[in-house]
Amino acid sequence: MDRDLSAILARHHHDGGRLVQILRDVMAVAGHISPGAITRVAEALALPRGHVEGVAGFYSFFATEPRGRYRVRFSDNVTDQMAGSRALAQRMLDAFRIELGEVSRDGLVSVGLTSCTGLCDQGPAMLVNDHAIARLTPARIGAITSLIRGGSPVAQWPDNLFRIDSHIRRRDLLLGAPFAAGDGVAAALARGAADVRLQIEQSGLRGRGGAGFSTATKWAACAAAPGPVRHVVCNADEGEPGTFKDRELLAHHLDLVLDGMTVAAVAVGATHGLLYLRGEYPFLIAPIQAALADRRARGLLGRDVGGARGFDFDIELHVGAGAYVCGEESALLESLEGKRGIPRNRPPYPVTHGYRQQPTVVNNVETLAAAALIAVHGGAWFRAVGTPRSAGTKILSVSGDVERPGVYEVPFGTAVRDVLAEAGALDVQAVQVGGPSGTLLAGSELGRRIAFEDVPSAGAVMVFDRTRDILGVVDNFARFFAHESCGFCTPCRVGTTLNHHLMARVCAGKGSRRDVDDLVRVSRLMKAASHCGLGTTAGNPVLDALAKFRPAFDARVASEPGPAFDLDEALAPAREATARDDAGAHLDPEAP
Amino acid sequence: MKPDVPEPRKKLRVATTSLAGCFGCHMSLLDIDERLIPLLELIELDASPLTDKKHVGPCDLGIIEGGVCNADNVHVLRAFRQQCKILVAMGACAVNGGLPAQRNHLDVRDCLQTVYLTGLGVERGFIPNDPELPLPLAQVHPLHDVVKIDYFLPGCPPSADAIWSFLNDLIAGRTPQLGHGLIHYD
Repeated sequence: MDRDLSAILARHHHDGGRLVQILRDVMAVAGHISPGAITRVAEALALPRGHVEGVAGFYSFFATEPRGRYRVRFSDNVTDQMAGSRALAQRMLDAFRIELGEVSRDGLVSVGLTSCTGLCDQGPAMLVNDHAIARLTPARIGAITSLIRGGSPVAQWPDNLFRIDSHIRRRDLLLGAPFAAGDGVAAALARGAADVRLQIEQSGLRGRGGAGFSTATKWAACAAAPGPVRHVVCNADEGEPGTFKDRELLAHHLDLVLDGMTVAAVAVGATHGLLYLRGEYPFLIAPIQAALADRRARGLLGRDVGGARGFDFDIELHVGAGAYVCGEESALLESLEGKRGIPRNRPPYPVTHGYRQQPTVVNNVETLAAAALIAVHGGAWFRAVGTPRSAGTKILSVSGDVERPGVYEVPFGTAVRDVLAEAGALDVQAVQVGGPSGTLLAGSELGRRIAFEDVPSAGAVMVFDRTRDILGVVDNFARFFAHESCGFCTPCRVGTTLNHHLMARVCAGKGSRRDVDDLVRVSRLMKAASHCGLGTTAGNPVLDALAKFRPAFDARVASEPGPAFDLDEALAPAREATARDDAGAHLDPEAP
Repeated sequence: MKPDVPEPRKKLRVATTSLAGCFGCHMSLLDIDERLIPLLELIELDASPLTDKKHVGPCDLGIIEGGVCNADNVHVLRAFRQQCKILVAMGACAVNGGLPAQRNHLDVRDCLQTVYLTGLGVERGFIPNDPELPLPLAQVHPLHDVVKIDYFLPGCPPSADAIWSFLNDLIAGRTPQLGHGLIHYD
């Protein structure tokens, strides 16, 4: 391990800013990050030990205690659950005779859950060490169980286990345009920085990560910010459950994205690019590295990019380690700098004080892909599609109760109903647009439109038919937020956990009207008082569901609160320890 | 026939108790100091550690400190709920479980084993099993996990001023509001 550690540290130039990458490598070699390794890394990087331990403890893909040699994590998004993930997980747990989260006695395997892994169109899905496996069935679970027992390295397992299917179902402006690597770079260089920014402004392009901030405004602010070095960051930390469109863009339209980053570099005068890929997409690492190497060989990255003397730009790949909050741009920057992914105070904004406190534009994968094409075709070409306030198209990830899950690129302004019709949704009860932090639509609202001015979306569309329990969906989302809260601010840290417990109680039929009132109170408080978007949106599923599916709650809760737990059962351990069974050793659950 | 005169203003009947608490909240109640005298013009005490009356009778207001840690706590809490029109959870333990709930991550069987059988210095120990003793619950719970609670008075303990303001509001028929300075979380 010592030699491995030295090699890892050398590979990352003993740069404390690369701590997340270093710890990922330690995990890959050792299976966990031991106290000794934390000390060694801290000494080698001249960082406080507490800092390294803090980072190791923050990301859910890092373990500070020994896990199994095979670390299995089932994706626990609601769409995975609907496809039967929990029963498959139980099958595996039974096979190894362990509990969820436990390591088998021989240290062979541990089985746990993880937040959505972005394979909702081909779930249920899991991660085993650094590999993603989709389309799980009892047969595949059986095969994986045998392979684990056999002890062969995951990398040597049959290739068909790791196949990730592509489901691009509808192409429009972005996915349908012919494009070759370098087209965007050449067009941008021909136009010059000012004209690229002008075209972006005329295109009306707004950020595709969900917030819809004007890309032109962001780029202009960064271009105007003083600083020796500027950075372009591509946010490919696609963590919103139910979203997988960036996965498809990176897998099949990578040149569009990398060209887009280079176009942004031209526009703002950046020399350094960072692509932050979520750790759940390990299958994209090698293709992206290969594409970057290819672009360097072809003069599309490096010195004098595209033959333009003096325009130097290169792109580094950073890989995340399982933290939803890192999708928030300032948390993402912290993570890129090798820290815990805790959102910064803003202002100052990343455009002036971003990566390493230098001017930085952080854009979503889809935004950058659009920018590459706008550089080629001009702003008017893009603006001609969509609505006046939402120009262009939106790439949606459709999953759940539909016949054809996958990626659909539709013009902004398309009715949700039309998207669902194309995807083959039947008997729709509800649709979660934009993931848990987005909007829950009832079946009566399907005429609403995908647009920043109506239903904004980072891309997720999860469909629930009439057989689904809406409270179960909300419960899944509440648990998700409680798990992903970074813990920095009290409203979100405490509020997400309170909501999680309240929803669990309501779902178990132990809740009362008061619990429902508390859900509303906590959700509103989080919205008003949280530090970042995670907390301000964490109450959305609860508030939307209460507004639109109130009877489902009322049917499940008592008007007067009764005991929230089984009183007599709660005495059972003490009865066992004292060997008592007299009347006083019991509690009547019905007594007033 | 009753004389046709207005009834004298009735005093509010109040009961208090401490379940799994430390009596710190009751001490804080006493900390309202000389204001106890005007308070006693407005209330009369029923069951309370201050009166030593053991069983709660019909009351307007019940004030409980401490969480629910054993079977006896459940019985007392249920009696209070039955007898009191308004029930108040006073202090961090009643509201959230508080310090006693620190044991919630331990198995209560292990706790009993360690304390009565295997702990340091324990000789010829046995786990008490007299039917008179209330059994501990598997976990410590806040009051509202067992019965309906009408008002929550947070604090560890709530300050004397907070308790005073809270009681004045209740007696006057106002929804209690703890403004700035009366709630401290740290």
